[in-house]
Order: sequence, then C-alpha cells, then structure tokens
Amino acid sequence: MALLEIDGVSRRFGDFTAVDNVSLAIEAGEFFTLLGPSGCGKTTLLRMIAGFDAPDGGRIRLDGLDLVDKPPETRPVRTVFQSYALFPHMTVEGNIAFPLKMTKTPARDIAPKVAAALEDVRLQGFGARYPQELSGGQKQRVAIARALVTHPTVLLLDEPLAALDAKLREEMQLELINLQKEVGITFVYVTHDQTEALALSHRIAVMNKGRVEQVDEPSKIYGFPTTRFVADFIGHCNLLSGPVRDSGNGIVTVDVAGLGPVRVAASSSVATGRPGTVALRPEKIRIAREAPAEASANGCAGTVSDLLYMGDVTMYKVDTPGGQKVEALLANSASGRTKFFEVGDAVEMSWPVAAGHFIAE
Amino acid sequence: MKRAPERLGKWLVSGPPLAYLVVFFALPTLIMVLASFRTPGDFGGLAPLVGEDGGLDLNLDSYARFFTDSIYAEIFLKSFWYALLTTLLCLTLAYPLALLIARSGKQYRDLLLLLVILPFWSNFLIRVYAWMIILGPQAALARGVNGVLAAFGHEPVPLLFSSFAVLVCLVYVHLPFMVLPLYANLEKHDQALLDAAQDLGANAWQRFWRITFPLSLPGVYAGAALVFIPALGIFAIPDILGGPDDSLIGNVIKQQFLETRDWPFGSVLSIVLTVAAVSLAALAAWVGRRSGGRAFGA
Amino acid sequence: MRKRSKWLLAAALAGYAFLYLPLVIVIVYSFNDSRLNAEWVGFTLEWYRKLFNNEEMLVAAGNSLAIGVAVSLVSTVLGTMAGMAMYRYRLRVLPILVLMPIAIPEILMGVSLLIFFVLLNFTLGLLSVALAHIAFCVGFVAIVVRARLAGMDESLTEAARDCGATPWLAFRHVTLPLIMPGVIAGALMAFTLSIDDFVITFFTAGAGTTTLPLQIYSMIKIAVTPEVNAVSTLLMLLTLVLIVIASKLSPGTLRS
Repeated sequence: MALLEIDGVSRRFGDFTAVDNVSLAIEAGEFFTLLGPSGCGKTTLLRMIAGFDAPDGGRIRLDGLDLVDKPPETRPVRTVFQSYALFPHMTVEGNIAFPLKMTKTPARDIAPKVAAALEDVRLQGFGARYPQELSGGQKQRVAIARALVTHPTVLLLDEPLAALDAKLREEMQLELINLQKEVGITFVYVTHDQTEALALSHRIAVMNKGRVEQVDEPSKIYGFPTTRFVADFIGHCNLLSGPVRDSGNGIVTVDVAGLGPVRVAASSSVATGRPGTVALRPEKIRIAREAPAEASANGCAGTVSDLLYMGDVTMYKVDTPGGQKVEALLANSASGRTKFFEVGDAVEMSWPVAAGHFIAE
Repeated sequence: MKRAPERLGKWLVSGPPLAYLVVFFALPTLIMVLASFRTPGDFGGLAPLVGEDGGLDLNLDSYARFFTDSIYAEIFLKSFWYALLTTLLCLTLAYPLALLIARSGKQYRDLLLLLVILPFWSNFLIRVYAWMIILGPQAALARGVNGVLAAFGHEPVPLLFSSFAVLVCLVYVHLPFMVLPLYANLEKHDQALLDAAQDLGANAWQRFWRITFPLSLPGVYAGAALVFIPALGIFAIPDILGGPDDSLIGNVIKQQFLETRDWPFGSVLSIVLTVAAVSLAALAAWVGRRSGGRAFGA
Repeated sequence: MRKRSKWLLAAALAGYAFLYLPLVIVIVYSFNDSRLNAEWVGFTLEWYRKLFNNEEMLVAAGNSLAIGVAVSLVSTVLGTMAGMAMYRYRLRVLPILVLMPIAIPEILMGVSLLIFFVLLNFTLGLLSVALAHIAFCVGFVAIVVRARLAGMDESLTEAARDCGATPWLAFRHVTLPLIMPGVIAGALMAFTLSIDDFVITFFTAGAGTTTLPLQIYSMIKIAVTPEVNAVSTLLMLLTLVLIVIASKLSPGTLRS
C-alpha cells in the first residue's frame, strides 16, 4: 500500500474544474513532483493534501487513514509555502519552535530540537534574527527547518524556489535533494519548471487542465512521453504528425506531411491509417553538410532558416523542401564558435529508428 | 464544502456582534416602525399597544397627518435643499484641497491628510460654537460687514441665527467627508494622461474639465453621499445657529420626541427620513459600483 | 518636475485656513480676559480656573470618561470579531448591520433607541448612553480591523494551521499580534467617538445624566461664557493626542 493515496479526487470552483478525477499513489521516501503549467491544478491538489481545501469527490488516504474532515493542524503533513510565510513578529528560533509548541512538545525538548533543525539547514547562529533580516535563500531554509522540525510524514513544497535567482536556485536544488536523502521523508513538490522537476524527482506526475497526463521516472518522461502535451511541455521536441503507413516488428512508419515516411520504435503495433505523432528530441538528430556514409533509417535534406545560440549548444531550425520544420540541436564544442551552419545553408539530417518515440493520438 | 468545526467558528466570531446589533439597532428600528402606527399616550410617548377592548391599537393617523399637512413636506424639501447646497459648496471647497494633496510628494501626503482630518475629530459642538463666535454681532466679521452695509445706507444684517450661519456651519462640519473620498480617487490618477493631453494642446482648464473631473466622478459621488445623507438629518446646527425659520426635519423630529411628545408622529417623520437616507445610500453604492469605484468602504 | 498651479495652491491654502481658523479662534479666546468673545483684551487663565471649580462640568467630564472607557473596551472586542468575520466569511447580514449605524443620520438611531429603552422600562442614564454608543462604535472598529486584515499576508494564518495550531491558537499567536496596532487604533477611535458624541447621547441620556458634550450644549444655549472655550480647548487637545497616536499605530486607519 502506498503511503499517500489520492483516489479519484476532483475539485470544482463553479463552472471551472480545477482537479479532474486524479488518482496517484505516492510511495514512502519518494521525491514526487507535480509538474504542469499554471492553472493545471497542481497547487489545488497540494492544498487538498495539506487540508486547506476539501475535495468535492474522491478520497485522500495517508497511511491508510482517510484524511477527509481532518483539519490541517491535525494532519502529519507540513507545507513549505511559496512566500515562505515566516511569522514576521517572531525570531527564527520562534518560528521553528512554533510547531513544537503547537504539538505540545515538553518545554525542555524545544531548544535542542530547534538547534538541531538549524544545523540541518546550515543556519546555526541565526536563531535570534528576524525574518526581515534574512536573504531569500536563508528564509527558504528557515521555512524548511520549521516544516521538518516535527518530523512530519509528508512534506509539501509549493514552488519554493520560484522567487530565487537562477544560481541560487541550482544550489538550493542540490541541497533539497541531499536533505531529502538524509531525512528520508516523503516530499511532494509542486513546480512549473520542468528542468527542476527532472533534476529533483524520483517520479514526476505531469498535469494539464486538472488531469494527470503521465506519471513516471524523469528519464522515461523525457524519453518516452505518452502524450503530445508531455512531449511538448518537457524540453524541446519535434512533433511530427501523420497517418500510420504500416506497423510491425516493433517499428511503426508514419507518413509525415512535408517529410515523407518516418520510422519509429513502438512497443505495440498500430492499425494502419490511424493518426499518430513521432516525438523526436532535437539532440538525437544528426545534422551535417553531407548525408552519412551508411544509409540510416530516417533522413531528409533541408535549409537552415533560423538558429538560436544558447552558449553550450545551438538550436538550428531547418525547413524541408516539403515545408516541414524540424529543430536540431548541436553542441558547440570548439570554444568561440557559435555555430557550425549559417542561415541558408543546405544540411542533411538523419536519425535512427530508436531516436523517436511514437505517440498514438 | 465546509467542515462542522469551521461553521462553528464562523458563528462564534460573527455571533456576538450580530446579536448586539440586532438587539440595539435592528430591533429599535423595527419598534420605531411599529410605533408609527400607534396612538400618542395621554401624557406623551405611546399609548398602550393593547387597547381596553383587547384589540391592537394600530392606525394610520400619523401617516395621514404627514401626508395631508403640507408644512411637513415643505420642511423636508427645505432639508433636501440645504443638504444639496451643502454638498455643492463642499465639493467646490474640497476639490482644490484634495487635488493639492493628491499631487503633493509622497512624504507630505499623510501629513496633509492628517491636517484635513484633525478638525473632524474635535467635538462637533465646538465646531458649531466656533462659528457662533465668528458670526457673533460683536465679532470683527459682523461689524465689518455691517459697517460696509451702513456706508451704503442698509439696515444691519444679523449674520448669526440665520440661514447663512446654518449653511456655513453645515459646510464646515462636512468638508472633511468630501475631501477624503475625492482624495482617494484623485490619488490614483495617472499623471501621464495629463501630460499626454498637454502634449496634444489642451490648456490647464481643459485638462481639468475634460480629464481630471470626469475621472474623479466616482470620488465625487462617494463624497456627495457622505455629505448629503448626514446633512439631511442634522438638527444641532439649526438649533444653535439658526433663526426661527431655519427649522429642518431634524429639528422637527427632536421637537416631536422631546417637547410635543407625539411619538407616533415623530416616528413617521423618522421613517420617511430613513427611507430617504437609505435610498440615497443605495443609489450612491449602485452608482459607485457602476463607475468602478468604491462608494463607501463596505 | 511637476508645475504646481499657483491657483491650486492658493485655493488649497484658503481651504486649510477655513478649516482651522474657527478652531484657532476658540482656543485663542479661551485665554481672553473678557466675557465676550469679541475682542482681545488680555491674557488670562481665569476661565480654566473656573472650569476646574465647576462641579457640573467635572461630573460631566467624569461621566464622559467612564462611558468612553467602557464603550471603547466593549466595542473593540465586538468590532474586532465583526471585522474578522466580515473579512473571512462571505456574510450578508452582518456587514449591513454593522455599517448602517454609520451611514444613516445619527438622529435616527437616537430616536429609535429612546423609544426602545422607554418601552422596556429601562432607566435612561449612563448605561443607556453606553449601550447606544457601542452600537455605532462597533462599525468603526470593524472597518479598521478589516482593513488591517486585508493588508496582512493570508498565508501566515495558513502556515500557523499547517504548523499544528487550531484556528483559535493561530489567531492568538499569529493573527492577533499582527493586527494589534489596528485593534488599538480602533479602540482609541471608539473612545474619541464616544467622548465627542452629541446627538445620540442627547436622546438617550435622560433627565439626570450629563456628559461633556451635553454640558457644552446647555452652556451654549443658556449662558455663553469663555469657560466653553476653555473646555473646548482641553477636549481638542485630548482628541489630538489620541488621534495622532492612533494614526502612528495604524497608518491608513484614517483613510478607511
């Protein structure tokens, strides 16, 4: 039995369905992320786990216990809020001690526990300061310390790194991963940043318009997206659509307009004529001036119409004679070099069957 | 979906104030409505509700009196007129003040606002009394004015105990109520709009009349409501500063309750006044909502 | 750099002068060595001396202060509850009942409470005045508290609940300390409103009771002496101090 069971949960606000019949099973000790664009329902779902909102339908069970009718203060669940929500009229120590006081921890145990929590987040010595005197990253850590001090069963994090700048965010991401390993508590993390989700999580649930599109490990979400939305939302992806020409032997051939037949690996066979999409990551495409010496499974020629220099890599947008646009990514290994090709260059692109992933419509 | 403890919490918090106001505001109002249908007691006040024959002693006599005797309608009209004049004068005086404060630098605004509000927090009677002094026959103003009039061969005009005194004091007392909502509105105006207008060739007066004033209308309506409605029911000012002709509806109500002691009739007058006040407040709120502004805090 | 219109400045200054001149005259003449409030004769503290020896005045002042304190306490508690309820829950009836006493002309409340008390055979006196004052002060406190709550970060209360606090504990340890300046400002406002009230007190005080405003009124109507100026000056001073404290505690209180 999973630690946290979300069973057919729905939540409606008037005409708007924020969460639509969502079922998830989150295991103990997992770093589980709810990923999706704003408005997809991930924060609403998180609030229902915390107890600040109640589902209109479905059940939420923690350790087998139904959480319905249990107010937030009675749940062994703690939240790290997006705005940190540190009490401005209490010191750092006061903030961290607060949940201990509320759960009636004996007075003599409070001080050592607070000190231990401060050590855990590497903020020893900051106890007497007030939240207004701290930097964003420090407030972040106090919020985490406060949430963890009573050893909750589940820790909920609502886009905690959204307000930090890029460098700090990366540092905090590593800290979060290490913290979760050390403490061993189940984390349920909400974010709209897919890079973050891929970096931090054991498993990701990609959400869109109140529904879960796919639940899987990060590598599977990236490499084998099961819907167009997931393929498009995570990283860059070419979505080549068309009717299926034939399928068999683990290979499906799709007739892509402006490109021709594209052969892609598929786990099961698909009926001919049905619409399908080939999800092809730009970095999997070999792009060069000449076609490869050995004929490859898939290939086409085209002209570079645009390019985007991103420092370590450059993204080339290529137009095929048939009118299809394809994006290919190439690393800029030689320093000082921003690109291999210019706009207007003729190029040859090729990729193996296993590079693409088939998504049935 | 509300849990039971949350519903209990809601009643625990809203219950006591609700109960208090029902008992000491809603109930008295209802009793007053009932009183308007009763007969005056022999020594004033109200006659017993249950008559000698055991039936309820209710009638429309007082209402009939109000609607047939035109003098009361006249007094109501006079009160409306005074309230209207007060509102317009307040608007004229308050606008420059509000405009100045809204256009001042941020560090001065709170102070300037405080200066406008402070007189309001002094006792109401003191403010009325102050005008008694200023308009008194011995004071400089009256002697000056009458001196000028005498030079032209006119009779001396008493400034005190006149409609003029009542009006001046009404404006004086209600001025802060007009300044505040106007200021709240003007503060939000975008200076860029005026700069653009000036760029397009509008002079100062045009900029004011065609841009600033129309945009400030929600504030004007709010201020008008905050001045007109209380001014309608005022009685202390005519009582202290007014002449015998300056009785307003508030004075008549006071008279009915404390001197003539015809309570049912006084109740009728009060109810008519309440209906007028509430309708105007509702109108102001509706206009305020339509113009996208906030009429009065609620 | 904005051009400040000279006309605007002049008109505004005239407005401020209009507001303050009458009050200044009252204060100045309280020190005037003349029975008539007409011309300046000389400086004296005679009127203040007479004031402090005036039995009736002292009783009235004592009554006003006692009522003021009682009213302030009760209406602050009720008003804070009302403010919280109005902010947190979508209520229909409470906002109307709380805010109506402020919106309608005062005479209506005075008159209806008079009938109410008399019908209940409730003796008119200090208590009836206090009860009447509370009814309209609750609204003022509620507005101030509600404004203060609106300015507070909502997630703080949620964080408190998340940390294990029941709704009451969350209020006591987090919400209340944060709105306290507003609550105190509301209390001071209620006190000032009670001390200054004339119309409602006029109808609900009955024959034997007097408060400071009622005393001033009878002095104005019957025999005007500069003692009135003196008591007015003192009252203005008290109000000034209280309001300045209140506005320092809760900036923006006055705007609500």
